[in-house]
Amino acid sequence: MASEPVIRLVDITKTYTTGEVQVHALMDVNLTVEPGEMVAIMGPSGSGKSTLMNMLGCLDRPTSGSYRFEGREVAKLGKPELSALRLAAFGFVFQGFQLIARTSALENVALPLVYADVPSGERKRRAKEALARVGLAGREDHTPAQLSGGQQQRVAIARALVNNPRLILADEPTGALDTRTSQEVLGLLQALHKSGITIVIVTHEPDIAAYAERRLVVRDGRILSDEKQTPRDALADLAALPPEKAS
Amino acid sequence: MSAVASILPLAFGALKRNRMRSLLTSLGVIIGVGAIIVTVAAGEGSKAVLQAQLATLGTNLLIVLPGSSTSGGARGGPGTGKPLTHEDLLAILAGASAARYAAPTDRTVVQVVLDDQNWLTTVYGSTPDFFAIREWSLAQGRFFNASEADSGAKVCVLGKTVATQLLGNGDPIGQIVRLKAMPCEVVGVLKSKGQSSQGQDQDDIVVMPWVTFKSRMMSQDRIHVGSILVSAVSPEEISHAQNQVTGILRQQHRLADAQQDDFTVRNLADLVAAQEKVADTQSQMLLYVAAVSLLVGGIGIMNIMLVSVTERTREIGIRLAIGASETKVLLQFLIEAVVLSAMGGLVGIALGLGASLVLARSMGWPFVLTPLWIGIASGISMAIGVIFGFYPARKAARMDPIDALRFE
Repeated sequence: MASEPVIRLVDITKTYTTGEVQVHALMDVNLTVEPGEMVAIMGPSGSGKSTLMNMLGCLDRPTSGSYRFEGREVAKLGKPELSALRLAAFGFVFQGFQLIARTSALENVALPLVYADVPSGERKRRAKEALARVGLAGREDHTPAQLSGGQQQRVAIARALVNNPRLILADEPTGALDTRTSQEVLGLLQALHKSGITIVIVTHEPDIAAYAERRLVVRDGRILSDEKQTPRDALADLAALPPEKAS
Repeated sequence: MSAVASILPLAFGALKRNRMRSLLTSLGVIIGVGAIIVTVAAGEGSKAVLQAQLATLGTNLLIVLPGSSTSGGARGGPGTGKPLTHEDLLAILAGASAARYAAPTDRTVVQVVLDDQNWLTTVYGSTPDFFAIREWSLAQGRFFNASEADSGAKVCVLGKTVATQLLGNGDPIGQIVRLKAMPCEVVGVLKSKGQSSQGQDQDDIVVMPWVTFKSRMMSQDRIHVGSILVSAVSPEEISHAQNQVTGILRQQHRLADAQQDDFTVRNLADLVAAQEKVADTQSQMLLYVAAVSLLVGGIGIMNIMLVSVTERTREIGIRLAIGASETKVLLQFLIEAVVLSAMGGLVGIALGLGASLVLARSMGWPFVLTPLWIGIASGISMAIGVIFGFYPARKAARMDPIDALRFE
């Protein structure tokens, strides 16, 4: 199993038909991501990077081509199998946090475990652990409205972590955050990466992509470039930021 | 089952976030279920009252009344036409196999006097069969017997009210009361029957032998009979007995086939059955109203669930994206709808039972608790949740997570 890449896309094509116009969101995309990699997918809006992200996260199925996740062909799986796979193997961090309103941080984090039929006691314990891991111990009972943007995104990361995923997909994880909290969130993702989880970040900001060790550029539904890079250290950059003004 | 157990708190959580809305949504079901409970309880209660009244009249009872005369287009009441005779009674006793008892009945209102006490009451003249037909039983003493009836003995049986009015708590047996100056020995006191369906005191009565009554109370011949009470051998034989009595009397009165009856045979069981039917029809009408209310309640639940599904599109998107199966999302929304309607059902049952109790108290009905209908009402309310919750739940489950997450 260790030798299998986490992701292997072969000639993936996604075509949307709107009226009589066919839009090729992805064309002949080939991509392999090895276990433990941290990859940034970059591109302007409309480039197909969101479609690629949905494809990787098994939220969408390709029109043609092959997608092997950990060696298993998933491109032709039915909806229930895809749901089960997302539940078991993936963690999602969405742009705009996507937490359930008026629901405590603990319950938000525990949500995937509810659907995985984890017993209530263990659910609570694991959700608490995940919250502690993102530095939110003691905030279990806070609702999203009682948390700052950075804290909400950390709750979302805790939710992505709680089911021990092999792959975390983060869609513009810093899109709604200021520089300082962005650095914090990126630091968190880098720490998870160091613990061995494969991470894919989708962003349109080169500054964010700089924290990944591999950078893909997508344009017009094709992968334009794919290069390794030395990632910046988010925590070091955070320390170098001018101190926050007391408000 | 474990899946339902883990999803149940999610459903309750969502309902708790919208307490007021949940309550208002349940209102239709609350009213509908409450109406069903009240309707059934009221129907059963009034039926029980009717049946109790029938029992005090005497079961299997037929009353034969003389016909009415018609003069110049104006019809007189019973007794204005050809009277019934003692011969008629004997013919019924001899010929009607479906009749167990038959008794002549005449009555008049008389002042009963005992020492310095007196009381105005209705005196009946009849035979010992009268007690059997009307299902009287004794509180004290005995009924008068056949030989006393035939010989015109001066004996009588008092109703409870009369005995109490004349003697208080004293022992009436052996006392000599005077009716129209006739001294008469009290041989028995009837057990109380209470009020009739018309609110009359059935215990305000004196019964004496028919012969005695005719000669001493009315100063009349012993040929004509005011009315004849007949008791059929069983409830099933009532209409058979009615036909036999009618046939015998037509023969007695020598009526040709084309002529109408010059007497009336009234079947009291029929009257009560008719009253019950009226009550049943009313109950049915109310049940239809309740059914419409439940339908409206169900539509209300569907409406709110659809609103809720739309409102929570992004939430549904999150749930689906992180790996909730369609089945579980469907189940969650279905449970929400069922909880809404089942809670409405429970509140409706509680309110319905309360209202039935108040109604029973104020109408003097027995409070009939019907576990069957409580079961049916809870079943119906759950079913409403499932039926009207399914479409919105399916709509939620079938959402595309990508579109749902983008929903503003």
